[in-house]
Amino acid sequence: MNESMNFSLITSEIFLLCALCVIMIVDLFQRDKERVLTFTLTQASLIVLFVLGFNSLGAERIISFDGHWVTDELATVLKLSIYAITFLALFYARSFISHRNLMRGEYYLLTLFSVLGMMIMVSANSFLVVYLGLELLSLSLYALVALQRDSSVASESAVKYFVMGGLASGFILYGVSLIYGATGSLLIADVAKHFSENSIGLVGQFGLVFIVIGLSFKFGAVPFHMWLPDIYHGAPSSITAFIASVPKIAAFGMTMRLLSEAFGQSISQWASMILIVALLSVILGNVIAVSQNNLKRLLAYSAIAHIGYFLLGVVPGTQESFSAAMYYIIVYALMTLAGFGIVIFMSSENKEYQKVTDLRGLGRYHPWYALLFSIVMISMAGIPPFIGFWPKLEIFRNLIINGYVVEAIVAIAFSVVGLFYYLRVVKEMYFAEAVDAPEISSSRSLKIAISVNCLLLLFLGLLPDSIYQYCLTAFNLMG
Amino acid sequence: MTFQAIVFYSFAAWLIFAAIMVISSKNSVKAALFLVLTFASASAIWLLLEAEFLAISLIVVYVGAVMVLLLFVVMMLDVDYAALRQGFVKKLPIALIIAIAFFVVLYSFLTHGEFSAEKFAEPAAKAADYSNIKALGRVIYTEYFIAFEIAAVILLVAIIAAISLTFRGRRNRKSQNISKQLAANKKNRLKIVKVDPVVSANETSDELAVNQSEKQS
Repeated sequence: MNESMNFSLITSEIFLLCALCVIMIVDLFQRDKERVLTFTLTQASLIVLFVLGFNSLGAERIISFDGHWVTDELATVLKLSIYAITFLALFYARSFISHRNLMRGEYYLLTLFSVLGMMIMVSANSFLVVYLGLELLSLSLYALVALQRDSSVASESAVKYFVMGGLASGFILYGVSLIYGATGSLLIADVAKHFSENSIGLVGQFGLVFIVIGLSFKFGAVPFHMWLPDIYHGAPSSITAFIASVPKIAAFGMTMRLLSEAFGQSISQWASMILIVALLSVILGNVIAVSQNNLKRLLAYSAIAHIGYFLLGVVPGTQESFSAAMYYIIVYALMTLAGFGIVIFMSSENKEYQKVTDLRGLGRYHPWYALLFSIVMISMAGIPPFIGFWPKLEIFRNLIINGYVVEAIVAIAFSVVGLFYYLRVVKEMYFAEAVDAPEISSSRSLKIAISVNCLLLLFLGLLPDSIYQYCLTAFNLMG
Repeated sequence: MTFQAIVFYSFAAWLIFAAIMVISSKNSVKAALFLVLTFASASAIWLLLEAEFLAISLIVVYVGAVMVLLLFVVMMLDVDYAALRQGFVKKLPIALIIAIAFFVVLYSFLTHGEFSAEKFAEPAAKAADYSNIKALGRVIYTEYFIAFEIAAVILLVAIIAAISLTFRGRRNRKSQNISKQLAANKKNRLKIVKVDPVVSANETSDELAVNQSEKQS
């Protein structure tokens, strides 16, 4: 169906923008230094968005606004997961920023703006709107990273993020301009139609290469990964937890719109490029993570490896493999949020938690949290019954079905390498001799949030269908 | 050679010269001024392409506003530009190879690829009363409505980000940190100091000091 100017299709976006303006004004006149009202309104608007999105589940695919906008099951499911994980991430953020110089209304505002950018990215149906959504997301994230102005590390990583993000956007734009030259249209449907009737040609290939490079930059996949550990390390922990988790879901939506929908006919052109990037990420990410002592850097390199696994799911190019990749990225966002949640949890007001060895003695003195953190690490390593296992299984299954047997074996072998550094964290918690009991001074809301997050990894692992069925319906694989 | 071709080639030559000067001039203020020249020549080329509105907005927005701000920044900051150029000669060969390869590919597009003259017919000249602004305005609020609105939101984010990054008001708060108070424990708050048992009255430390000084003398 094709409708133009049907504003009911962008209800969620209009609501969020109105809510943002209201929160901005309310925040301005607030005397309360803890910004309780701003926080409450932010979380309430996310809940309303979730309800709105949940009601539109199962709606038919409609293309509107002269082909620039699409509302389908894929967009709805991705948006729902974006709201849910942002909601959780803000609970982490609240207790982290409240005792630092970061407690400001803009923190919540910029987070909501980035959510708006992500909603646009996953619902965009033209190169122009994809790019605008990406810029809205990136600009908010640059500002969030730079928010801690008195920290030189945070400022440095903000500048790095800005330059690298600008470079990646430039690559994507250059590719889009070439595609526009070859096809004469910015609409994804028109581009797909053009390439199904004509061969892709040299200009199209050239543009596609630029788009793939830009996407890999944004994902932080090897060989475009150099910026990622520095930024994850330098940014304030609560912001790292956010930028490492939620935007990846939106980036998946963007990848689907660009690669699978616009270039679905020329899959042989991009699948091999993505395959190389994915395998390099799996290998390098896992190997370098082994030598990391800083937990944030360790998680950053493990993020690179996870992106590699996720991209391996995109490579076969079937609807089943796309839904497996979607499952992977949503689960990954939930896991990595818990991972950086540990860093936030262990940091206190005057001490930034850094080293893996700081976790020593946790198993003896705080057995509950040690158990929760072990769940996170084992889930990330991909061991059943935790949730991290199931999407990995689906990815490998799809690889093998489609004939990528050697690639699947390499990926599995390096996930065994990955097991080493995940289990090393568990070992430090339980078996290393502790000099002193680790201090925990986090607030009650943070304790509840991290318990909920970690237990979700266990319960969703016991009920793997709970998320996966939505991923399957997003690609029309379930009745 | 027609008059149009003469105008095009002269402005194109200016553009290339100015662009090279932007990256090669030693003085950063000069480089910024050459960037102004680049924009001005580019806008002249756009005028030739009958994109009058874009040409004027390039002058008004970039030359008039952005470049003036950039000049301010360049003059205010004390950046060591010599340090920025380190490694220029070392990396030049690789950069040149990539640039030349890029140029060859793009040139092949223009001569016998998808963008060649056979595939792209020369567009007919517009009528004298054709309005660029009308054509733009017509699509911005219809076909490109959603993109236009998103661009507005991006500007709003830019305002908020700029203010929150430069605001220099009071940041510290005098509020209770309840979880910190709850986490207070004996080990951190109490310090047990070993004090020697009571010393007898005639041997206080003062007298000891006096005794010692007497012995030394």
